[in-house]
Amino acid sequence: MAELLDARAYLADPGLATACFLALKMGRPLFLEGEAGVGKTELAKTLAAVLGAPLIRLQCYEGLDAAQALYDWDFPRQLLHLKAAEATGATDAARLEGELYDRRFLIARPLLKALETRPSVLLVDEVDRADDEFEAFLLEVLSDFTISIPELGTISAPTPPVVVVTSNRTRDVHDALKRRCLYHWLEHPPFDREVAILLRRLPACTEALATQVARAAGRLRDAGLVKPPGVAETLDWAEALLTLGARDLDPDLAATTLGAVLKYREDQEAVLQNGLLRHG
Amino acid sequence: MADGTTPHAIPPNGAPAAPPARGHGAPPPSGAGPRPAAGAEGRAAEGEAAVAATMTGFARTLRAAGVAADHERTRNLLLALRHVDAADPGQVYWAGRLTLCAGPDDLPRYDRCFAAYFGGERPRPSRRAPTTITITRHTVSPDSAEGRDDDSGEAVPATATRAEVLRHRDVARLTAAERAEVNRMLALLRARREQRRSRRYVPARAGRLDVRRTTRETLRRGGETARLYRRARRERPRRVVLIVDVSGSMAAYADTLLRFAHALVRREPRATEVFSAGTRLTRVTAELRHRDPDTAMRLVSAAVPDWSGGTRLGDELKAFLDRRSGARGAVVVIASDGWERGDPALLGRQMARLSRLARRVVWVNPHKGRDGYQPLTGGMRAALPHVDSFVAGHSLAAFEELAERLAHA
Repeated sequence: MAELLDARAYLADPGLATACFLALKMGRPLFLEGEAGVGKTELAKTLAAVLGAPLIRLQCYEGLDAAQALYDWDFPRQLLHLKAAEATGATDAARLEGELYDRRFLIARPLLKALETRPSVLLVDEVDRADDEFEAFLLEVLSDFTISIPELGTISAPTPPVVVVTSNRTRDVHDALKRRCLYHWLEHPPFDREVAILLRRLPACTEALATQVARAAGRLRDAGLVKPPGVAETLDWAEALLTLGARDLDPDLAATTLGAVLKYREDQEAVLQNGLLRHG
Repeated sequence: MADGTTPHAIPPNGAPAAPPARGHGAPPPSGAGPRPAAGAEGRAAEGEAAVAATMTGFARTLRAAGVAADHERTRNLLLALRHVDAADPGQVYWAGRLTLCAGPDDLPRYDRCFAAYFGGERPRPSRRAPTTITITRHTVSPDSAEGRDDDSGEAVPATATRAEVLRHRDVARLTAAERAEVNRMLALLRARREQRRSRRYVPARAGRLDVRRTTRETLRRGGETARLYRRARRERPRRVVLIVDVSGSMAAYADTLLRFAHALVRREPRATEVFSAGTRLTRVTAELRHRDPDTAMRLVSAAVPDWSGGTRLGDELKAFLDRRSGARGAVVVIASDGWERGDPALLGRQMARLSRLARRVVWVNPHKGRDGYQPLTGGMRAALPHVDSFVAGHSLAAFEELAERLAHA
């Protein structure tokens, strides 16, 4: 599994590789939690690439409801159909009703689309941003991979999609949802893995630069900042440095590109004052 | 697991069980003992049963250590073990961690239990044992003898006056009976909650047009629009986060503050978070969810490791904000006297950060109720510029006023 992910330039540790393997084998959703920027969303994209399946993404937010996550009826088209039927003088009420609630008037939102597409990878991103009500029907969909539509009947997936649920842990997700899933906590990668990720993702990056950037990032993470940089930020930073044609990380260049890795003014000031970027 | 390394190897012949959970009832299952690999090949059924027994014992050990490894999770683990090599400690470790854990707090416990259960390592003594009953002097049962005697007095107006006087008394200077009476009145406190508009809509008489319902109804009536339906934003209680200082200088008030917290939690269990702050931040919301105030207090006192120590509020606020425990959009109430042992500058910075995230920041200082009080402590001075309201918290009347503040925007 790790090799398959590696082939798509995603370096996974044994734990994450086991998690993906078991998620595929057991047909269970994978619940990924961790700091922002440790590669949760990226994993879902990579899984989709590995499986050659389309990635269906549902970005969560407060107030997300069934009409936006599951399905919705296309009311305007239904009305048009009704008017058209009236115009032609259709009188068979039962048939007309059957036609009105036909599959072609149903708009599939991400969850329904994922059940109908196979194979597919469903990414439920940042589920902690949604509210309790959403968790309830997400749980229903994820427990038996069926959606019941009152007017149409039950739609079920013959082979369940691969589901990746991510959370930044801004609040505790309900235990019932987690219980359905395989839970994996993602950490910032250790130093040598981060170097490997930099080299793998940015072919133009020299080993010296990758080492220095990864070491600086490790120091920044230990510095007690408001928002410690994730791998995504480290990659951005290395890319910014490469764009400027840097061969290695000198303090001046690091200071000018600091905006790629630290996104809070307090953090930037603290780092510049403490001289954390020295001896890069 | 912090560094992501492979855990301890399992001895090939299975070390004797060392159940870390003493006093939890049954020991791990008898029979083969913890041997995840025992006969997994060949006699398949027998091997599977042995694995099941071993893993059930492991889950039981985890539950005793505080990991919510329930039956469904144990079943998931057994399902997972069919797909991995049950003789490989690394794979068993990951299969268990993926199926049995539910949060980052579980991971160190899981690692300890895994090492103890499969590695035959002796469990370390529970660190909570010595700190269970350090605050017995705060917990007075409401029906103590003295209180009852006075209650049988016949003059009703006099009782009312007494209650009125009691309402304004400093809780640090009450007798046990008076304290019991104040606790009883705190338990009766009706803490209403300020509302916020949620992102969800509910059907309403007035408001925006509800296109979905209107068209659905139109379809039902065969294309005739008979009535326009409307919807409005639903109202939800605004979240309150209460951080109670339980350090030595606040000892006289901590119990009353936590009882006030209990009243808030009981009123809005889903929209209230309570933390105790001393030398470290402890979440006590779950303990305070118990309906009975005295039981809740007992649970809290068992859960808080640092009663009557010092305060490092700056560090604790940082920990609180770093783990993003929901300050965003909430009313954050900090109850402390501002005797900061740490760096006041750090406290000031964290308060600034907090005031940008929170809807409102309320600071409750019990000493503010005294005549001639001046906020002179370093921590208090650093914090005050970032506080929206600075209130007293020394008497029942002050708490009622605070509850009233939380009820209105």
